[in-house]
Amino acid sequence: MPSNPTTQERTLPVSESSEHITSPSLKGNPSELRDLEAGLDNLQSDAARKAGIDWKRVLLPIAALVVLVLVWQFYVSLGLKRRDQVPGPLDVLNQLVTLWGEGKVQESVWTSLQRGLVGFLISVVVATPVGLLLAQVAPLRRAFGPLISGLQVLPSVAWVPAAIIWFGLTDGTVYFVVLMGAIPSIINGLISGVDQIPPQYRSVGTVLGANRLQMALQIVLPAALPGYIGGLKQGWAFSWRSLMAAEIIAVGGTIGFGLGSLLDQGRALSDMAVVMSAILLILAVGILIELLVFGPIEKRLLQRRGLLAGSSR
Amino acid sequence: MPVVLENLGKRFGDGAPVLDDVNATIAKGEFVALLGASGCGKSTLLNIMAGLEHPTSGALEVPSDGAAFMFQDSALFPWLTARGNIELALQLADKSSTKASRRARATELLELVHLGGAGDKRPHELSGGMRQRVALARSLAQDRQLLLMDEPFAALDAITRDLLHDELERIWKETGRTIVFVTHNVREAVRLGQRVLLLSSRPGRVVAEWDVTEEHRTDAGRAGELTGVITRRLREEIRRHAK
Repeated sequence: MPSNPTTQERTLPVSESSEHITSPSLKGNPSELRDLEAGLDNLQSDAARKAGIDWKRVLLPIAALVVLVLVWQFYVSLGLKRRDQVPGPLDVLNQLVTLWGEGKVQESVWTSLQRGLVGFLISVVVATPVGLLLAQVAPLRRAFGPLISGLQVLPSVAWVPAAIIWFGLTDGTVYFVVLMGAIPSIINGLISGVDQIPPQYRSVGTVLGANRLQMALQIVLPAALPGYIGGLKQGWAFSWRSLMAAEIIAVGGTIGFGLGSLLDQGRALSDMAVVMSAILLILAVGILIELLVFGPIEKRLLQRRGLLAGSSR
Repeated sequence: MPVVLENLGKRFGDGAPVLDDVNATIAKGEFVALLGASGCGKSTLLNIMAGLEHPTSGALEVPSDGAAFMFQDSALFPWLTARGNIELALQLADKSSTKASRRARATELLELVHLGGAGDKRPHELSGGMRQRVALARSLAQDRQLLLMDEPFAALDAITRDLLHDELERIWKETGRTIVFVTHNVREAVRLGQRVLLLSSRPGRVVAEWDVTEEHRTDAGRAGELTGVITRRLREEIRRHAK
């Protein structure tokens, strides 16, 4: 039981002098009391803060990028390596423009992004109820928990050979690998989110009269949302990585031309500028999804719960 | 209907009993302060009355619709606004209620705890005292005759606590609830309770009780006297465990 021993010790010695030991009721008329209360309320609650564009957030990352490109250019101009092995920023930019002109950038980014998103959405739909079920039903969790954790550790590239044998060189192979990467990590995120719920929330739910389903949907799921979003983020990362791995390994057949295929093509032609272009595109998509989708969602979620104060986000 | 505890006992596993042979009767509409040193099983007793835990022996009689409960920290859900927290309680209490009726009732309850303007704030935007008032409104939203309170004001500063004592007393008089108020603060017990029950420690058992009369409420001297008597008895109870 939470206690405050110092308060108690302080009250004990004064027990003999009776004058100001207890306040039978506050002195003052009701409206004074209301004002006192309102005053306390205003003093003790946070004033609303104004939101605006924080230019530091925009300028600092751009500055960091510029510095990195300059370092890259400096290294290249030292001439330590052959230019076709280590192309400079301008060579890669030219290559990107050429690829754009050929329509390859648009095609590969669109193909990969589309697959990544569809695979990710399927994973979310499958993993959310499974995760909630595992988190809420102890025997199921004990039975399948280790397997799910294991699947998350298993690199999903390991499924590529199996997938090619089962599905051939089709989109089925790509999706299978993406699902095997994303589903376990979303399930794990949701479970760990549920594990971190303060036990008191469930007690409150019980006292308020929630049944099992209401407890799961109206108390456990929203309480676990920060962990769940973390799981989704990781699930997306796993989708995207698995997708690239699958596209690099499984080329040809009815599999479309994605970013992984572009990368593999560059390798086959020993064209380092193409390889670098593909790597940068893959990185850029990852950064944009984080900046445009997960970043704002996460920030809003934490802000609404008052968890953002003092963080370096 | 009254709350009756008969020879109630509780032990966790094979350990020593936390509660042993607890007997008490609490009349409808009564305000009872349950006093005891930290670790004497006050919260366990309250949890048993709320149905969160089960006694290992003895019998207890509580209203069939259960009890409303207020925790030491407000235990508001951080993803809901103050109003949302109250509306959720209303929804869980009465599944057939409409959204509009819940909204109206939540507004009423917020007004009752003088927080009419703070309904759209989130718990983290409220002070400790405001959060406890929202929690009080939420426990009233459950609309149960019996209200159990587990040291709800222990973490608040003195001025806020005094205010909330007044507010709780006012609401108790307006709503006619039966209140069991757990505290380790003698002054608080005397200030609020019509009756103070003292629970011994290890095992917890009701060892003494005092009536707090209207005279104690209006005369600070008399209240201080009673506080002194109860404090001495409580210290005696704690000293027993020195050896």
